Amino acid sequence: MADRIQPNPLIPPAAALPAAAAASSREPPAEVAFDIADLSLWYGSRQALYEVTIQLPARRVTAIIGPSGCGKSTFLRALNRMHELTPGTRMTGRLRLFGQDLYSPGVDPTHVRRRVGMVFQKSNPFPTMSIAENVLAGLRLNGVRDPALLRERLEQALRMAALWDEVKDVLGRPGVSLSGGQQQRVCIARALAIEPEIVLMDEPCSALDPIATAKIEELIRDLRTRYTVIIVTHNMQQAARVSDRTAFFYLGRLVEVDETRTIFMKPANPQTEAYVSGRFG
Amino acid sequence: MTARASFAPSPRQQAWRRFTNRVMAVVLLACALTVMAPLFLVLYYLVREGATSLDWSFFTQLPKPTGEPGGGMANAIAGTLTLLAMAAAIGVPFGIMGGVYLAEYGSERANDWIRFTADVLNGVPSIVWGMVVYALLVVPFKTFSAYAGGVALGLMMVPLVMRTTEEVLVLVPQGYREAALALGIARWRIIVVIVMRTALKGIVTGVLVALARVAGETAPLLFTALGNNFWSHRLSEPIAALPLQIFSYAISPYDDWHRQAWAGALVLMALILIVNVTVRVLSRERRFT
Repeated sequence: MADRIQPNPLIPPAAALPAAAAASSREPPAEVAFDIADLSLWYGSRQALYEVTIQLPARRVTAIIGPSGCGKSTFLRALNRMHELTPGTRMTGRLRLFGQDLYSPGVDPTHVRRRVGMVFQKSNPFPTMSIAENVLAGLRLNGVRDPALLRERLEQALRMAALWDEVKDVLGRPGVSLSGGQQQRVCIARALAIEPEIVLMDEPCSALDPIATAKIEELIRDLRTRYTVIIVTHNMQQAARVSDRTAFFYLGRLVEVDETRTIFMKPANPQTEAYVSGRFG
Repeated sequence: MTARASFAPSPRQQAWRRFTNRVMAVVLLACALTVMAPLFLVLYYLVREGATSLDWSFFTQLPKPTGEPGGGMANAIAGTLTLLAMAAAIGVPFGIMGGVYLAEYGSERANDWIRFTADVLNGVPSIVWGMVVYALLVVPFKTFSAYAGGVALGLMMVPLVMRTTEEVLVLVPQGYREAALALGIARWRIIVVIVMRTALKGIVTGVLVALARVAGETAPLLFTALGNNFWSHRLSEPIAALPLQIFSYAISPYDDWHRQAWAGALVLMALILIVNVTVRVLSRERRFT
């Protein structure tokens, strides 16, 4: 990673910036998907997040960057209440999705997760299921039986995940028989098939080779037209390539959030600058 | 140079090392063979003594009265299968559901106690199970019965099945549960359709191992199922079982019965071997990722 230091290749020349980043600054301010205020989170007695206040716009890609252990995955998991699976977690603060408080007592976390889908770092197609069964698992196990609808959603989800052409003739094969990159796209298709409003991605490319990574990055940029995407990534080039906005987390605090272009070219905070220019982290 | 050279063994030392190495390898091999030997001895004797008495009538006929030659153990074979079915009816649901509780729901402290209890139960001598069920089911109903035998074997299966189920469920990677939760699938459905389905072979293996274990038990049946020289028509009657029949024939003074006991032992052993081979085949294919 020595090549990160100088000149800084992470700051793409203006012409090479993703069209989206440039375009989004021209568009009117987007609708807010997540409205989060004073979010703090503890694992037992250890505090992982400190009063995070942030708004995440709808139908945009927001990247969350920061060094290991900065709380970015924890933050992501709080967005669909997945952190509650870890025993001993405690959370304070307010988290609204399109105006609805996701943590009010009447809200079932299962329903939250139907609205807020998630793709994990390690691809995890269900080993006992075929490709088609994997993609449709979320629908079937939530009680959707209509074969016509299932067939339609299967193709739609696989097309959105840019996988349809590769697997349309082998839909009955086990999901785990595919390559790593294809497996990850099956998982993306599986998340998209239930038509969530938000797609959370926790380092979705970290286990993939550059070609598979490029495919998934392209897919993320395409998803923006219909979905709100929030992606945690270790890879700053990736954040620069796929996201409209970038949030920098450090030691459990949100340091800065802004248009991706601004974060990488002239961040307001010196810590952000030090991180994106590769001086620490 | 000289300091270093002193570490190098002389030719004589080298020869000694090679010698001890070879001796130890032979000793270890002998120990390993000693472990296997009893199995082959058992099989050899069973086949030698039992095969000659194995004929069609052994599988189809009832035991003959004392002094009459021939007869078979059809009722004992059927009895053992009946008892195993009853044991499975108790051991499988309780064991599997208990295992699911341990793997998916229980708190750390509750689990410690449950596991400890199960391990203690696994160590309870089988004759004690027989006595307990005698007190609970035979004395109040004033009769030995297939029910009592089935309950005794079933109770022995519960902790065995529970622990193996827990072990294979815990082996299912957390990632599958998380992926399913992130799809908004209800927890119980995830456990049944994703987790248990993934671990199915392991669960079946555990059940078969437990069945094989209790199939050969004699002690818990002595004062529960009791044994029966005829067909049992009701489960509330005493019922024959292979281990019981072998036991009573083996301690009898008649040569003919001794031969039948050998044949019965051969059949029982073959039954258990088949189960064990099935288990091997199933568990060889068990892979999760």
